[in-house]
Amino acid sequence: MLKKYPTTRYVLLRAIWYFLTFLVALALNFFLPRLGSDPVDIMMAQSSFSSPEIRKQTEENLRKDFGLLQISDNGEIVRDDNGKALAASKASQLVNYISQVFHGDLGTSFKNQKPVSQIIIQALPWTIALQLPAIIFGWILGNGLGALAAYRRGVFDKVIFPLALLMSSIPFFVFGMVLVYFFGIVWEIFPAVGAYDINLTPSFSIDFLVSAAYHYILPFFSIFLILAGGQAIGMRSMGIYELGTDYIKYAKWLGLKETRVLAYLFRNAMLPQLTGLALSIGQMVGGALITEMIFSYPGLGMAMLTAIQTNDYPVIQGVTLLITSSVLLANFTVDILIALLDPRVKQSLAMDAN
Amino acid sequence: MFKLLKNLIKDPMFVIGVVLFFGTIVAALIGPYIYTAAEEGLSYESPSSSYWLGTDNLGQDYVALLLQGLRNSLYVGFMAGIIATTVGTLVGLFGGFKGGIIDDILNMFTNLFIVIPSFVVLVLVSASWPEGRSLTLIAVLIGLTTWPWTARSVRAQAASLRSRDHISLARINGATNLQIIFKHILPYLASYVFMVFIMQVASGILSESAISMIGLGPIGEGSTSLGVILNTAKNNSAITYGYWWGIFPASIVITMIVFALYLLNNSMEGVFNPRLRK
Repeated sequence: MLKKYPTTRYVLLRAIWYFLTFLVALALNFFLPRLGSDPVDIMMAQSSFSSPEIRKQTEENLRKDFGLLQISDNGEIVRDDNGKALAASKASQLVNYISQVFHGDLGTSFKNQKPVSQIIIQALPWTIALQLPAIIFGWILGNGLGALAAYRRGVFDKVIFPLALLMSSIPFFVFGMVLVYFFGIVWEIFPAVGAYDINLTPSFSIDFLVSAAYHYILPFFSIFLILAGGQAIGMRSMGIYELGTDYIKYAKWLGLKETRVLAYLFRNAMLPQLTGLALSIGQMVGGALITEMIFSYPGLGMAMLTAIQTNDYPVIQGVTLLITSSVLLANFTVDILIALLDPRVKQSLAMDAN
Repeated sequence: MFKLLKNLIKDPMFVIGVVLFFGTIVAALIGPYIYTAAEEGLSYESPSSSYWLGTDNLGQDYVALLLQGLRNSLYVGFMAGIIATTVGTLVGLFGGFKGGIIDDILNMFTNLFIVIPSFVVLVLVSASWPEGRSLTLIAVLIGLTTWPWTARSVRAQAASLRSRDHISLARINGATNLQIIFKHILPYLASYVFMVFIMQVASGILSESAISMIGLGPIGEGSTSLGVILNTAKNNSAITYGYWWGIFPASIVITMIVFALYLLNNSMEGVFNPRLRK
């Protein structure tokens, strides 16, 4: 099939593979929360009710919302002779869940009855606005420093490398807390929590944007500097490795200009770093969730923390599904990028076809 | 071997890494026995001669808490690292060496679980299992979700060793597959597997502290970890009121362990991979 178009064939096969992986991820997302205690029991135990009837009614609604009950074709709950609602089988629950997800329905929050998809859509822009620039700038700074360290070696490398290693060993949340402590609490230079002044409502007015930018600085740096450290280490070892290869030696012997040699070096060392960038963007949603929690930044991390504290399972499941999906999407992109950009992979694809 | 060690000892990064790492291990192993916790004091007492690092929100001695937290965090890290490295190495060795359909199946599982984020599995299980959330459960979960990284790299190495001459010779001499794997392939990968193990320990410690920070950490008497200490301090406004002793010591300890492991890994990489040496 499609033997004449090896790249298209490869992309298609990968797409099918990732789709199957997504189905496995959906099944895990569905079954894992049901391994332990019944979420509905946990939630029922937290609230008190004025009468047993109301209690029973609430529990039944919760079970229905969570897809635990058998529903007839006309949307009614199926009951046995005593009026007790019948539980749906695990398999039909899973099928139901998958079909709902494909219709964009992630369920309803137990806490405030809002659709989960709406909660996610409200939180997602904050997460992207905070993390995407931090990842991209961190990547640029890290790669620049790493390449320099690899090329110069000497004192520069002896300073940059351990520093980068130290930065990348600091967990995001630790660095976030340290920044909040010094800049937010002790010196009071930047606001410690939130994404904007609580007296303002989100809009595109000058006041709001200035306030948002002011609140942005601390959380941004807490992610940016740590990512830069990790990237610098990767680029440094890639650079040193490439510098020792025959083609670079040959280029030097030919007497090519240094900038020219460096350009060749960069092109080859860049490929793994580019795939690293795509992967970090995919991990964005899950990667620095805790940073948002430290700064009470109203993104997905905060949404998930609130959900965890109130046992709001549909929201937890919605966020974890989004994390998994974006990681899958990023990996898919990387596979395609490599097939398109790496001449060696391209070659082997064409050879496989013959 | 001796020469390799000599090269390692010359590297200041390796020496610092070893000293830091063994320092934390000794503190974790014997610290809780030789240090007796001070009596419970008031909430958030600042550091003094009776409380070297102050007290937490419940008036507990921070030094004792940190020693116990360090011990538990290391336990989770090592347990997760051992599980991930064992499973990953076995899957990778077996698949890479055997090839064929077994390799295809094992490789499919590796590729499947490598893209499903470990953190997601941790959150989903921990959130629904409040009664069983122990240090061991969290360590096992981390180990069982991070092995594919080891498997993938070990597989690549094992596959490249498979067609070497000494393997063919062993086979001609009638060695069984198991003998070949353990006697003729594993020794070549030992340094490599050890380096991966170090990284798995570091990521286990980080994952545990991350899951504890979102309030899904281990529950139960004596299961305080470094992440739990930080989370408790954060939830009880240690940052807001500027009680630095609630945040900094635990933060420094976590960073130090991870930094020590990274240093070890990097200096070993420099020795075992001569291209990185100058």
